[in-house]
Amino acid sequence: MAAAGTLINGPVSDGGLNLTAAGHWIAKHARALEPIVEDAARSNAAVRRVVIDVSKVDDFDTYGVWLVERTMRIWRSRGAETEIVGLSEADGRLFAKVQSGVQKLTPLPRRSNSIMATLESVGRTMGAVWADTLLFSQMAGSLVVASLRVLVKPHSFRFTSMVNHLERVGWNAVPIILLITLLIGAILAQQGIFHFRTFGADIYVVDMVGVLVLREVGVLIVCIMVAGRSGSAYTAELGSMKMREEVDALQTMGFDPVEVLILPRIAALMITVPILTFLGSMAALYGGGMVAWLYGGIDPQVFLARLHDSISVKSFAVGMIKAPFMAIVIGLVACVEGLQVKGSAESLGAKTTDSVVKSIFLVIVLDGAFAIFFASIGV
Amino acid sequence: MTIATGEPVIRVKDVVVQLGTRKILNGIHLDLLHGEILGFVGASGAGKSVLTRTIVGLLPKREGTIEVLGVDLDTADHEAKQAVDRRWGVMFQQGALFSSLTSGKNVEFPIREYLGLSQKLTTEIAIAKLEMVGLKPDVYRNYPSELSGGMIKRVALARALALDPEILFLDEPTSGLDPISAADFDELIMTLQETLGVSIFMVTHDLDSLHRTCDRIAVLGEGKIVECGTMEKMLASEHPWLKSYFHGVRAHDDWHIPVKG
Repeated sequence: MAAAGTLINGPVSDGGLNLTAAGHWIAKHARALEPIVEDAARSNAAVRRVVIDVSKVDDFDTYGVWLVERTMRIWRSRGAETEIVGLSEADGRLFAKVQSGVQKLTPLPRRSNSIMATLESVGRTMGAVWADTLLFSQMAGSLVVASLRVLVKPHSFRFTSMVNHLERVGWNAVPIILLITLLIGAILAQQGIFHFRTFGADIYVVDMVGVLVLREVGVLIVCIMVAGRSGSAYTAELGSMKMREEVDALQTMGFDPVEVLILPRIAALMITVPILTFLGSMAALYGGGMVAWLYGGIDPQVFLARLHDSISVKSFAVGMIKAPFMAIVIGLVACVEGLQVKGSAESLGAKTTDSVVKSIFLVIVLDGAFAIFFASIGV
Repeated sequence: MTIATGEPVIRVKDVVVQLGTRKILNGIHLDLLHGEILGFVGASGAGKSVLTRTIVGLLPKREGTIEVLGVDLDTADHEAKQAVDRRWGVMFQQGALFSSLTSGKNVEFPIREYLGLSQKLTTEIAIAKLEMVGLKPDVYRNYPSELSGGMIKRVALARALALDPEILFLDEPTSGLDPISAADFDELIMTLQETLGVSIFMVTHDLDSLHRTCDRIAVLGEGKIVECGTMEKMLASEHPWLKSYFHGVRAHDDWHIPVKG
């Protein structure tokens, strides 16, 4: 391909400048042409009349035409007259097309100073938190209404859909939940033995693992896993259905999306999370027991006997009673976020992230609230 | 490597494409001539998109050769292929705009990657492209999710035109547009073809569009090109599918739109 285009300064006469453009004024050479035209405009700032002869140009495309045009505009803005001569008919059409553009963007509103901007963003965040609270309450309300409707007409419950979700969020999650809680139980026991050993209180590791796992860690770990694994899936599914107007389609057919899509999902979670919590707690105790035996030398029979003395059904019940409430929180957040998805793929990603972050946060807040409640009633 | 008017810029020879066990395309011969608008029609599911996607290299072919701007895409090395990629623009049916970028950044994307111009000039070119396709400069700042269907098509066209390509692939450019916007779009494609001298390969079902804009029409049926030629040739054809397509219920025989040429 031939060399880039050139722009040759002709003589200046009577404050008029004659320029001759030649060569290839095309996209490929735009990078080389850009400084050439800028130099020309800068070094001849005072001229009153500019004529560019383009008859020697081999080929033009939008880039070349715009480079000529923007230079002309710079001169025109300084009050000079401009003219282009030697245009072929086809290039003339292209020039006319490009010249008709105005290039004017509406100026953006001015940024206020940084303190105001910070205050504004804090205000907006608070507004968003309030809006979220309203949305969650609204969804909880619609869920109650939908459940009542289903109670009156039990055959309208989407049983098949719920079973499908039971398999996906429950059965399919069992292996990973067992593995993770087993490891967590083992780590707790190892740390307990390591530190308790210094003052000869090895055996208390059984109390610690038992109480911690059954009351707090079992249910928390399971809920965090479920929020990350199933909550995000719910948000993504509902979000892409919302994006493709499937949710709207349901509504126009006279179905309530809450009843058809959300109720079976949350019902599946409410059944699944307690079961997973039970399995997880057992796996964690097993892991703790294994480590206590192999690392701490506490015989399994001793471990079991000590466990029997140190924990009561109450500790177990405290953990289990929290599970369905956690499930509702995870399900609500996931579904609300899913239905907030707007047209773009990016918003789907953002909402899925929000769903996981918010549900894990709320699960921990709720756990704290339960801890205060149980402490005050003395359990 | 300039190609004279009337010479083929794309040569498709004996192309066979198989998806799964089904042969979608079975020996396609087709040329896109320099400076023409070629309309490509066929029943839904006949494989129009398959051929388009095969030419631009998104689908593998079983047999045959495809030559674009004198380069055989099978034997060309990576650099030669990339050089060809810069010389064509593809406008997808749904626009395929990057949803995380504003319209302006969508148009700037190929410019930034390939040309390395200053940010100022890049922005100016992007705005000029948006204005060329009939949009207001302010669209530069809008995200695709904030645009209407017609505007998305226009931005997609602006992005396809970003590098001033020599070949333009348009996949159903007027589908989903109201008749006024569709007519505007036809007009736009014709002006662009006249001003920029691009060769256009257009998949369409829009009979008005075919009448107004296309120099030649190629018809795909049963995996082969059934007929290829001017609108008059299509209207005169005795092929049953062509008859029902061009003289069917949806085709008004009292064409108010003059055939191009």
